[in-house]
Amino acid sequence: MFEHYLNIFINTVFIENIALSLFLGMCTFLAISKKIDAAFGLGIAVIVVCAITVPLNNLIYNYVLREGALTWAGLPNTNLEFVELISYIGVIAAAVQILEMFLDKYIPALYNALGVFLPLITVNCAILGASLFMVEKDLMFTESIAYGLGAGVGWAMAIVILAGIREKLKYSDIPEGLKGLGMTFIIVGLMSFGFMSFGGISL
Amino acid sequence: MSLKQYKEVLVNPLIKENPITLQILGICSALAVTSNLNVTLIMCIALTSVVSLSNLFISIIRNYIPSSVRIIVQMTIIATLVILVDELLKAYDYETSKKLSVFVGLIITNCIVMGRAEAFAMKEKPFVSFLDGLGNGIGYSLILIGVAFIRELFGAGTLFGIPIFGDWYPTNNLLLLPPSSFIIIGLFIWLIRGYNNDQIEEDEFDLSKHSVAPNLNKRELNV
Repeated sequence: MFEHYLNIFINTVFIENIALSLFLGMCTFLAISKKIDAAFGLGIAVIVVCAITVPLNNLIYNYVLREGALTWAGLPNTNLEFVELISYIGVIAAAVQILEMFLDKYIPALYNALGVFLPLITVNCAILGASLFMVEKDLMFTESIAYGLGAGVGWAMAIVILAGIREKLKYSDIPEGLKGLGMTFIIVGLMSFGFMSFGGISL
Repeated sequence: MSLKQYKEVLVNPLIKENPITLQILGICSALAVTSNLNVTLIMCIALTSVVSLSNLFISIIRNYIPSSVRIIVQMTIIATLVILVDELLKAYDYETSKKLSVFVGLIITNCIVMGRAEAFAMKEKPFVSFLDGLGNGIGYSLILIGVAFIRELFGAGTLFGIPIFGDWYPTNNLLLLPPSSFIIIGLFIWLIRGYNNDQIEEDEFDLSKHSVAPNLNKRELNV
């Protein structure tokens, strides 16, 4: 049983890495990967938010939105799937807001470390993407916890690796027009080719 | 606003202030949907209509949005528009909608839409905001179509699914894999910055005075 969840986790972190195989959350991925410190803080924030919102959205999908999900309320024929997107983004925005207030009150050290990244996460497509893929894969509630955690860890790992490479490249002699953004794009392309080598593994 | 300013708002984001290559906005979808021109074209139309309409509506009610809840209000408008696009696509082109899978839904969190709403539509009048949205949408589409053109032509040897090169051309799987679009966009950036030199990023460090060696080679050559 435990093995099954571990498989989902490993599969999400390496084989279907949310940043390097599914290309989600790319805007922040490219913009905030200049320094390892910042990348690490953002990575932690994404892990926390992903691990909370994916299971939450799973509950909402299975007990409110899905066709026949409202049977417990005496409405067996309603299908609310068309409000899927708006409810997920609502859950994410609310979760981020609550997390921000909670951290501010109880763990101020982490709150200060995350700083401006926390509110930014609402519009990070890695989070919404993880929820949408969770629905597409039709996961159970317990499986969705492993999936959410794996999605967050995979993204965080990728951004820390990229930040490490960019710090190393800081002093290298790159053609004028490729400096900065252009080079980052090419590095991410190569990293993502590298991650494809995990693709042959089946768990 | 004069006609010239309108034109500037519409034309600037096409190449000069392109959302993908300069503003780093909306990259996620740029990669996953560019292996086939048909799919790319539909994605571009979907995004351009969402970004221009969301800019228009947000700008119309901009004076009534309290700034503390503005993100939620913007999100609601954008999400409603995206749901409309999604439902329309499912009704009229189900095949493509299956191929795009979650990427239509992800237009909600596409930073072009949020970014333009925040940076432009919250301050400017409705019509100008609409033009700004249109310009940014087309700028995004230009890059996407460029990438998809290269990937489909040299990857599969077809355009819109119609064979161009004929039988002698073997498929180039490397270009059909999604990571190749990163490299193509990187090269596009190089091309654009080759023309607009002011976009070239500065080094983050200064070379100290002592490390600048006199350029002996040049002097010798001149002599």
